Amino acid sequence: MANMAQAIRMALHYAEENLGVTDIFGEDVGAPLGGVFTCTQGLKTAWNSPLDERGIIGAAMGIALGGGRPVAEIQFCDYVYNTIDLLKLAGNTCWASNGDWNLPMVVRTPVGSGIRGSIYHSHSFDATMTHIPGWKVVMPSTPLDAYGLLISACKEQNPVMFLEPKALLRVKGDERIPGEPDDDRALSKMIDAPLGDRSQWKPQWPAELEAFAIPIGKGKLLREGTQLTVVSYGRTLPLCARAAQTLADEGISVEVIDLRSLWPYDWEMIKTSVQKTGRVLFVNEDTEVTNFGEHLLRRTVEELFYSLLAPPRLVAGKFVPGIGLADTLEMASVPQQNDITDALRSLAGEQP
Amino acid sequence: MSRPRLIKESSAPLPLDRELLVRIHDLMVKTRVLEERLIQMYKQGHGYFWIGGPGEEAFNVPLGLLMKKGQGPEYDYLHAHYRQSGTLLALGEEPIGALRQMKNTASDPYSGGRNFAGHFSLRKYNVAPVSSPIEVQYSIAPGTAMMQKRVGGDAITIVTGGDAGTAEGDFATCLIWSSRPANPLPVLIIVTNNKWGISTSAEGQHGEPRVSERGKAFNIRSKTINGNDPVEAYNELKEAMEYVRTERKPFLLEANVSRLYGHSSASGANYVSEELDCLKQFETRLEADGVLTRQQMDELRNRYTEDMAAAARIARDEPLPAPETIWKHIFAEDK
Ligand SMILES: Cc1ncc(C[n+]2csc(CCOP(=O)(O)OP(=O)(O)O)c2C)c(N)n1
Ligand SMILES: [Mg+2]
Repeated sequence: MANMAQAIRMALHYAEENLGVTDIFGEDVGAPLGGVFTCTQGLKTAWNSPLDERGIIGAAMGIALGGGRPVAEIQFCDYVYNTIDLLKLAGNTCWASNGDWNLPMVVRTPVGSGIRGSIYHSHSFDATMTHIPGWKVVMPSTPLDAYGLLISACKEQNPVMFLEPKALLRVKGDERIPGEPDDDRALSKMIDAPLGDRSQWKPQWPAELEAFAIPIGKGKLLREGTQLTVVSYGRTLPLCARAAQTLADEGISVEVIDLRSLWPYDWEMIKTSVQKTGRVLFVNEDTEVTNFGEHLLRRTVEELFYSLLAPPRLVAGKFVPGIGLADTLEMASVPQQNDITDALRSLAGEQP
Repeated sequence: MSRPRLIKESSAPLPLDRELLVRIHDLMVKTRVLEERLIQMYKQGHGYFWIGGPGEEAFNVPLGLLMKKGQGPEYDYLHAHYRQSGTLLALGEEPIGALRQMKNTASDPYSGGRNFAGHFSLRKYNVAPVSSPIEVQYSIAPGTAMMQKRVGGDAITIVTGGDAGTAEGDFATCLIWSSRPANPLPVLIIVTNNKWGISTSAEGQHGEPRVSERGKAFNIRSKTINGNDPVEAYNELKEAMEYVRTERKPFLLEANVSRLYGHSSASGANYVSEELDCLKQFETRLEADGVLTRQQMDELRNRYTEDMAAAARIARDEPLPAPETIWKHIFAEDK
């Protein structure tokens, strides 16, 4: 099975061939590197931009205004922050012009911790991004979802922020992307650029790829359960799934929701689950103050209060200025397996 | 190439044909009267804020006349400053649209009552939405130029903004992205230099003697012109545009202009008599050259003043957008 980076690459290939994507660009996105995480290797519309994030977002907006369909990359979301006013502008262009203009553009950026990236390669961006109206925001946790969400993003009439959990980019999926070859090594030979001289290299794209789309706004019920609900996305999602398995062995039944889309998001799925279980834990790794999980918590309290058997809870990143390099520092700053398993266990046992 | 400085050397004949001179003059008057009406509406409480382009008519009108107007990458794109009413009228817009935006009525054709005066948006003529954050349009312009270069043809991207704003990184972004040897772009980069950024004079802004000289480092052809002279502006814009259209490379054009009513309503919006008035100067010249008589020009102005007053009365009585419309157009529907 493909890993997430390969899934993204295949979706982009499909999109530039079939969905009208005109420009895949950013720092080191074109040949020879094809992206620092290899997500854009071998793509025919990929090109290298100047080292200028504002220029990248601005150019994407201009290309979209000019009738193109750009997929721009910010190399690490840690470097997207000097573009925030442009992101706001992209988000309000349709609204401010009373529907006159719209921007069909995608911005991809790797987010989060997990590769010991220290202070400036470990940031999350979901909390900030969900403060910017006018964008659709997605964050896959599997290669198949990455493929399907990116296909949807490339069909959108509106700006889409595609957040790539960098800790998961190299993780292989266990669901097959329609059209990918059965053999991983065969896939790698076909679409991974060789080390060394790449000037003569051309990828051999799987011929059977298709427009397998996951609708933006729909969550995924990863595991059914009856006693408590955990809602997460991105890097922390597989940790939640593992915690649910651990608790199942202890006789506690946990329902796991992969939100996948942060805006719009699948409130119906959360609501149905919480009305069933009465207990909910939200998990993400962005800093916890004015965190997206806090929004979900607030809505849970306001709309589902009388279904609750225990206070809804949030496990998120610590509100500290950075994620330190040392193992001990990173692990103390963002949710780890134990933090999530413990939080779920204690929520399961919580009595009034 | 040396050009006669026509306005100053009043002996030389105006080098544009009479019909064009009359058209430019007509649009300059129309623009001035529109701006004065907008200011008056603000002062009478029929709008919350005024910002606009009185003092830039001599430059902005020729710009609009020279644009290849239409929708899509085969036509020119304009990423405009908030002082661009002359350009919009030259493109053929009816002034009542600007009055409606001032009164923030539901009928405002540019933003449906959502945005300030002077914040135009006109997709049918490739006018990208004007937005308040200074200079962002310079980061966006290279994108439309890329699409234009790709479709072929001679369409160009035009971006305009003020002098103080060039201190923002977006200005450097535009210079860099439009002049890369790997992909030079057809962008006409314009700076309208009125020597002010709100209350900060040029001396407090930056040190380069001419903003246009910043193009040199990037091998961008550049020029500073007198934007108060519509004949010079027309000819220089035409030449710069022809270069960008045929060479598919950027051109940096700095136009010295006046700020006739101060920065905005926040600074009072009163006539600044120390500034050169391009319309007055042009009219003196037109009269001396026998293109138009004083009487003809007075009649034109009176007619526009009456038209504009009537249009303002219409706009004043139109309804505001309904509160529930805040939810409209957050996202475009699939087309
Ligand atoms: C990014 C940003 N910073 C500050 C402001 C507030 N502001 C509005 S206009 C202006 C001065 C602009 O001067 P200049 O670029 O010379 O244009 P002019 O108004 O003189 O035409 C400032 C500081 C703003 N709108 N956007
Ligand atoms: Mg200025």
